[in-house]
Amino acid sequence: MSGLTGAASVLRRPFVWVIAAAIGFFAVAPTIGADVQLRESLLLAAIYITLASNLNMMLGYAGYVNFGSIVFFGLGGYVCVWLINSEGWTLAPAMLAAGVSVSAVAYVFGLGVLRLRGAYFGLATLGVNEAVMAFVTNFTPWGGATGIYLSTELFKPLGGPRAALWTIYYMLVAVMGLSLYLSYFVKVSKLGLGLLAIGQNESAAAVLGVPTPRYKAITYSISAFLPAVAGGLYFFKSAFIQPTDAFDLTLSTEAIAIVMLGGQGTVMGPALGAFLYEQLRGWLLTSESFSSFQLVIAGGLLLAIVLFAPEGLMGWLFRRWPRMKRVFD
Amino acid sequence: MSTLLSVEGVSKQFGGLRAVQSLTFEVHEGEILGLIGPNGAGKSTVFNLISGVFPPDDGRVVFRGADITGDPPHQVARHGLARTHQIVQPFMAMTVLENCTVGACFGPLNMHLARGRAAAREAAALVGLDDRLDMLASHLTIAGKKRLELARALSAQPALLLLDEVLAGLNPAEVERMISIIRAIRQRGVAILIVEHLMQAIMNLSDRIVVLESGRKLAEGLPVDIAGNAAVIEAYLGDPGLAEKLRSGHR
Repeated sequence: MSGLTGAASVLRRPFVWVIAAAIGFFAVAPTIGADVQLRESLLLAAIYITLASNLNMMLGYAGYVNFGSIVFFGLGGYVCVWLINSEGWTLAPAMLAAGVSVSAVAYVFGLGVLRLRGAYFGLATLGVNEAVMAFVTNFTPWGGATGIYLSTELFKPLGGPRAALWTIYYMLVAVMGLSLYLSYFVKVSKLGLGLLAIGQNESAAAVLGVPTPRYKAITYSISAFLPAVAGGLYFFKSAFIQPTDAFDLTLSTEAIAIVMLGGQGTVMGPALGAFLYEQLRGWLLTSESFSSFQLVIAGGLLLAIVLFAPEGLMGWLFRRWPRMKRVFD
Repeated sequence: MSTLLSVEGVSKQFGGLRAVQSLTFEVHEGEILGLIGPNGAGKSTVFNLISGVFPPDDGRVVFRGADITGDPPHQVARHGLARTHQIVQPFMAMTVLENCTVGACFGPLNMHLARGRAAAREAAALVGLDDRLDMLASHLTIAGKKRLELARALSAQPALLLLDEVLAGLNPAEVERMISIIRAIRQRGVAILIVEHLMQAIMNLSDRIVVLESGRKLAEGLPVDIAGNAAVIEAYLGDPGLAEKLRSGHR
């Protein structure tokens, strides 16, 4: 009974429908006219949203800047691709196994790394990413520096390469949707309240009884799950994974820029930031003369936001129209 | 009267400074115990040792029969011990209600969010912040922030409240108001350990007083006895003969 009334009260929250609308848009837009180019663009946007939303739980809620968040994505990719290639697993169980195992590893790392605060924590997260990359580069079962190639035969169970790309796209949209819901429900939960308190003043939070070490490790672990699943899907789609792609710090930096652009600590901010950034990136990439020019823009954006609008787009919108906060936060 | 908190032979050293030296005292249920002493006597260190900000080098802290020596702050809080800070530490970007809800939800009763909010409202009303529940903590005045600090600690519904100079920096009217709030809290059966520099206020409020000097207990007793204690007056005024002169002048 309480479960039913609980479900009903959840459905009354406007934000739940805002997220549903975003998922609906991603699911429907590319199917109109089977627009493959739009699908690929939205697929990247979905990955950016997944990475940014999960990063936001550490960065925006708890105030811990994780520079190496991409390690979850890369490690998830490796676990998934390896299980499929060497152990003969199918995609669905392999990507779930990737999520669970990377979450578990993150929890253990988290208990250690999260003892540090501020810049030291940031440096340690860079170290974690570099250490995992060095390990994988020298780990022969995972192909060492050359990585793992998947045979296109493996797309057959999904109805051949063409159909598989659509299936993977929908799965990634689902992962994106789950990321947004997770981000939202963590924020309005007791865990979220504790995290926001930690983000404001960790010592004061501890004195009030917030179990700071456990909460931080749990969040670090939760925020690893969906990026790992997304990594599994992404590298399965590429049919190829190598250490320099899997643990590319560029993506970590972009995720931070996205969270800051959209508004750290808000649920919709990272999604909005990710979508805009992806559009901008696509537009910049089409110009031949600037390869990777989006990184210059990302750096410039990050600088401008930190200096002039530390609350990001959502923060600015909420200040202009405070009533929006009721629906979008 | 039964013992709520007992501090047994506790010591703490920072480098070459002996901040607290084998200090022993007890707080009984429902009482207000004043902790006084000149600047640097170790009062705030005692608070930090009790609330788990750092562990003592030696000795034991027992609260409601449980040994909490060296427990981290969040575990101490779960036992039903709450404190305020000398320099207020509100969650600036959170509202008054949210600040207090943190105190309620993570306190000894481990309340869920809805119940925590109700307890938070009640605590805010007790300190007179109920008309500012949705205001950001950063927008409160100093006196408001001091009251928020108190409300946040109270929301947890603690058995013992440690108050670290809640009257400092308030004007006389605000001091009066705060004193009546503290009395109201005690009326609810919450024991209070209070550090304060305003002598008149603490002598009025406290049932008993412990005097610290250079990390040692100098005296302990009823406020009247402490006020007339030669060693205490000496510690504050620094002139061995002054106590005698003051006393002869009085009588």
